[in-house]
Amino acid sequence: MENTIKKRWISLYVENQVGVLSKISGLFSGKSYNLDSLTVGTTEDPTVSRMTIATVSDDETFEQIKKQLNRMVEVIKVIDFTDVFVRMKEILYVKVKKCTREDKAELFQIAETFKARVIDYGKDSLLLEFVQTATKNDAVVKLLKDEFKHIEVVRGGSVGIESISMMER
Amino acid sequence: MRQISGNKLLVKALREEGVDTLFGYPGACTIDISDELYRQNEIRVILPRHEQALVHEADAYARTTGKVGVCLVTSGPGATNLVTGLATANYDSVPLVCFTGQVARHLIGNDAFQEVDIVGITRSITKYGVTVRNRADLGRVIKEAFYIARTGRPGPVLIDLPKDVMGELGSAEYPKDVNIRGYKPNTSVHIGQLKRALKMLHKAKHPLFLAGGGVNIAGANEVFTEVVEKTNVPVVTTVMGRGAIPTNHPLFIGNLGMHGAYAANMAVSECDLLFSIGTRFNDRITGKLHAFAPKAKIVHIDIDTASISRNISVDVPIVADAKEAIVKMREYVEPCNTKKWLGMVQVWMKEHPMDMKHRGEMGPKDIIDEINRQFEEAIVVTDVGQHQMFAAQFTEITEKKRIIMSGGLGTMGYGFPGAIGAKLGNPDIPVIAISGDGGMQMNIQEFATAVLEELPVILCVFNNTYLGMVRQWQKLFYGKRYGMTDLRSGALSRRTEGAEKPVYTPDFVKLAESYGAKGIRVEKREDIKGAFEEAKKNTNVPTLIEFLIDPEEMVYPMIQPGGTLEEMILDC
Repeated sequence: MENTIKKRWISLYVENQVGVLSKISGLFSGKSYNLDSLTVGTTEDPTVSRMTIATVSDDETFEQIKKQLNRMVEVIKVIDFTDVFVRMKEILYVKVKKCTREDKAELFQIAETFKARVIDYGKDSLLLEFVQTATKNDAVVKLLKDEFKHIEVVRGGSVGIESISMMER
Repeated sequence: MRQISGNKLLVKALREEGVDTLFGYPGACTIDISDELYRQNEIRVILPRHEQALVHEADAYARTTGKVGVCLVTSGPGATNLVTGLATANYDSVPLVCFTGQVARHLIGNDAFQEVDIVGITRSITKYGVTVRNRADLGRVIKEAFYIARTGRPGPVLIDLPKDVMGELGSAEYPKDVNIRGYKPNTSVHIGQLKRALKMLHKAKHPLFLAGGGVNIAGANEVFTEVVEKTNVPVVTTVMGRGAIPTNHPLFIGNLGMHGAYAANMAVSECDLLFSIGTRFNDRITGKLHAFAPKAKIVHIDIDTASISRNISVDVPIVADAKEAIVKMREYVEPCNTKKWLGMVQVWMKEHPMDMKHRGEMGPKDIIDEINRQFEEAIVVTDVGQHQMFAAQFTEITEKKRIIMSGGLGTMGYGFPGAIGAKLGNPDIPVIAISGDGGMQMNIQEFATAVLEELPVILCVFNNTYLGMVRQWQKLFYGKRYGMTDLRSGALSRRTEGAEKPVYTPDFVKLAESYGAKGIRVEKREDIKGAFEEAKKNTNVPTLIEFLIDPEEMVYPMIQPGGTLEEMILDC
């Protein structure tokens, strides 16, 4: 059979209620679906939350995931973002510690190249903020990990919304 | 505006939902609800002896009446004892609404006495579950619970009721309407898809209907039989679908699957169109997936989109309620030319008919044959194990006879409470439980419930002194090493290395009598008839009939776990 395993995206409207997040994540663990990232926040309607979910799966499993999500009472709408034009970004903070003067200079260059911002500054440390696709963030983390010994990373998980014009990611 | 407590609103809601029977076990967190129920007469309150039996009773009540089964248990252990029963109902799509007590809101999360997160514990085995956190939401939540439980693919709903919420005064209104934006079950059938499927059916040379439990749940048996007769297409059923068409119907081949009929499994393997309705293609019916129905295009009608193309890939998927779909089918179906195909099926049926070899004094089939002969109308409830498969193979199902069991989860201990629930819902229909000696002991405390409710259920215990189904696997695949399956093993057999064993315990007949029920022991074939005749005379107490069965009795045919449908082990 053809190998259809790839990364896929789902945008989910759910009831903003206690236990819904646990129910959604429980579905992924209980049925052994891969869950790459999951973000959640309320929408303009405070009774509705919106989730962006990333998963690595094949065609059949992904169909099942969408069906299983759809049959949950608390799920209002499931949108497949895999092959549509969406804007999708992830926030990434990297704190680089024990920097030398040269390190800092290099970090400013890296920030410029990646359109990141240096948002905080200490005697021997820097805090960088990246807002870009998760894939680019992967690359940044790898780069910084190779170049600097003492880094601290926190990532927000991707959030996505359909494009108005035909733009990708 | 008049204000009432949450406890009062709950009882009012039950009345408005038409609940006539509630299965309840009390505790500290639900004592106020017990008090409200005590002060009314419209709803009959049944007090089982264990919450697991309680939920099975409500489940069987729901399965055999078409109503929603209602449970009320307390917090903590009362709630956790529901778990097995909820999973049982969830797998078999049974509508239940279960109310659990909960500690007061300010205590939640404190590890308070008898506090558990029951909504969290049961999240993956309920259709929906919620803790009522505000008194203002109570009416709406109950209304939604009944609606969710009985619509779409039915299932159990759990409502957790903190004690202080229930004590609070609030609106006396119980809502009339439901509107849940994330839950709009679709039942109607897509005519275009259906016509496409029927075109394939009409063109097929070897068409076959596969009916699952969904046909029975939808109450589509009669119209399905009409469609079958009009098309002349033969039928196989799953264990849960048995009775979709009367089992004595000439177009009925048998059950398929692990212990299915030879002809049924051959028909599945040889058909070129498998028209399936209301089944989820469980591993027990498919055997090895890639070898399942290898020559067939597959049509699948199911109310649950998630059941379609999950286990096997389907050529024509149709999401619909089984009955609505079959009623539409009746409009469009045409007779199919199946004469040659039916001939092939006949050959298989003659080659290896569904039968059991006689072995010893009395075999399981002798007993089931007698039940078939003596009861014109009956509800048969089974437990889980060998006896269940014998019952699924040989019990005759007609318009007036049905069979229920824990098919999906395979819950031992379902049979006896199941019979109680069925009898409470159908006082005028004979109810017969078929159980093994293992399963019978899993909810044996329910004798008290059955005796006090004056329920003349007939409990057939197939006692082979072993956990027979596991023993069967041990005999066939584990070199006859009967680990953990000998119900006479213990200190004596350990001490003597198996040379000596005590007499079987309990003495089922004496045990039944100690509860005030009747007990009969049958050892020989010729005594079976008399035992049932005797049992029928007990019109207000349960009768237990213990049948002593040879442990070497095996369920055949059998497909090896992981094997294909064509590789059946036959009786030899």
